[in-house]
Amino acid sequence: MEGTKIPEVIERHQTALLDDWMKQQLAASTLRSDLLPSAELREQSREFLELLRQASRQAGSTDVAAPAWQPLRDMLTRVSRSRGEQGFSPSETATFVFSFKQPLFSRLAEAYGGDAKGLAWDTWLATAILDQLGLFTTEVHQKAREAVIMRQQQEMLELSTPVVKVWDGVLALPLIGTLDSARTQVVMESLLQRIVETGAEVAIIDITGVATVDTLVAQHLIKTITAARLMGADCIVSGIRPQIAATIVHLGVDLTGVVTKASLADALTHALQRVGVSVNGRPARA
Amino acid sequence: MPALKDEMLPIRADSDIVLVRQAARSWSIDAGFSLVEQTKMVTAASELARNTLVYGGGGTVRLEALEENGRRGLRLTFEDRGPGIPDLELALRDGFSTGTGLGLGLSGSRRLVNEFSIESQRGEGTRVVIARWR
Repeated sequence: MEGTKIPEVIERHQTALLDDWMKQQLAASTLRSDLLPSAELREQSREFLELLRQASRQAGSTDVAAPAWQPLRDMLTRVSRSRGEQGFSPSETATFVFSFKQPLFSRLAEAYGGDAKGLAWDTWLATAILDQLGLFTTEVHQKAREAVIMRQQQEMLELSTPVVKVWDGVLALPLIGTLDSARTQVVMESLLQRIVETGAEVAIIDITGVATVDTLVAQHLIKTITAARLMGADCIVSGIRPQIAATIVHLGVDLTGVVTKASLADALTHALQRVGVSVNGRPARA
Repeated sequence: MPALKDEMLPIRADSDIVLVRQAARSWSIDAGFSLVEQTKMVTAASELARNTLVYGGGGTVRLEALEENGRRGLRLTFEDRGPGIPDLELALRDGFSTGTGLGLGLSGSRRLVNEFSIESQRGEGTRVVIARWR
């Protein structure tokens, strides 16, 4: 960055800039004194200013992705993360950086005096840098959110596929929610895995908790049942509600090779008979 | 016939299909559909949204709440700018699929609704309109 007075201005007025900036931030409507004590805000501002001074002296361009800006970016990552956790909105976090423009611009104007051309150029450079840094905090904020969502999705994959052993040789898999392809894959694998582990002869797949059975869901079910059969286990599909039955018929899905039962209780009776356990008395109809 | 209200949703990812199903369900409930009618409409919406995504490369769905002579209904219009369907008659046949599915999505959804129309131009995209009345 040749011909710029930015590093020089920051160096000469570092303390005054910090005071101006703090005044600016404490007066702003986006100040969250409830979340961040002003002493901590001052410390963050001081560190930002110091790192900006170093970076602007070393950097060859306004591209904040360059290595010279690394310490400043690290510091902003830290600030953005902690503010995100404290409950700041992304724009409140970005305002931390943007609010430095006014103090810096007035010091630059002072330094240039009547040199309008030089001032315009330096103002442009400063804007380019601070805009990028402000947007960078927003990006960090968003990435942290995305990481949370990813983790929750993974947790749901783990949680939502319990294969339960209900009797010697009988497994039950209660399916709940949306059967999109990623989850169905996990469901299928965990059922097949448990069939191997327990040597089960019968597996009950209960779809009471599945809101919609469309052709993709039906196809996944058929594939799972076929795979289980290849391993020597029979599957029973239970929990087929009237509206689901009507829809499957209209869709034209062929489930003739599949043993289906209206309720889990019916499926369990059938499964117990299949493994040779006699049940005294029919289960009460729900 | 003017719609009582309408809304447009994007279909760009698997998660959008879930949102389309949820919207179809809540609009079906608003239209006063019975549980079977709701389920049929939601299932048809699920099939067509998936077709829009998988074969059309993504697109949109427009939901419209209708009322005609005191009857209430729901119309869904799926549109994509994908490669189009070269042979509509073949595509509507049970068991035909150019993908790996069961080949029942399009023909099955036609049986789940009261009104069904499909237009497709090669290289320009496909538009499927379905409606169900109380």
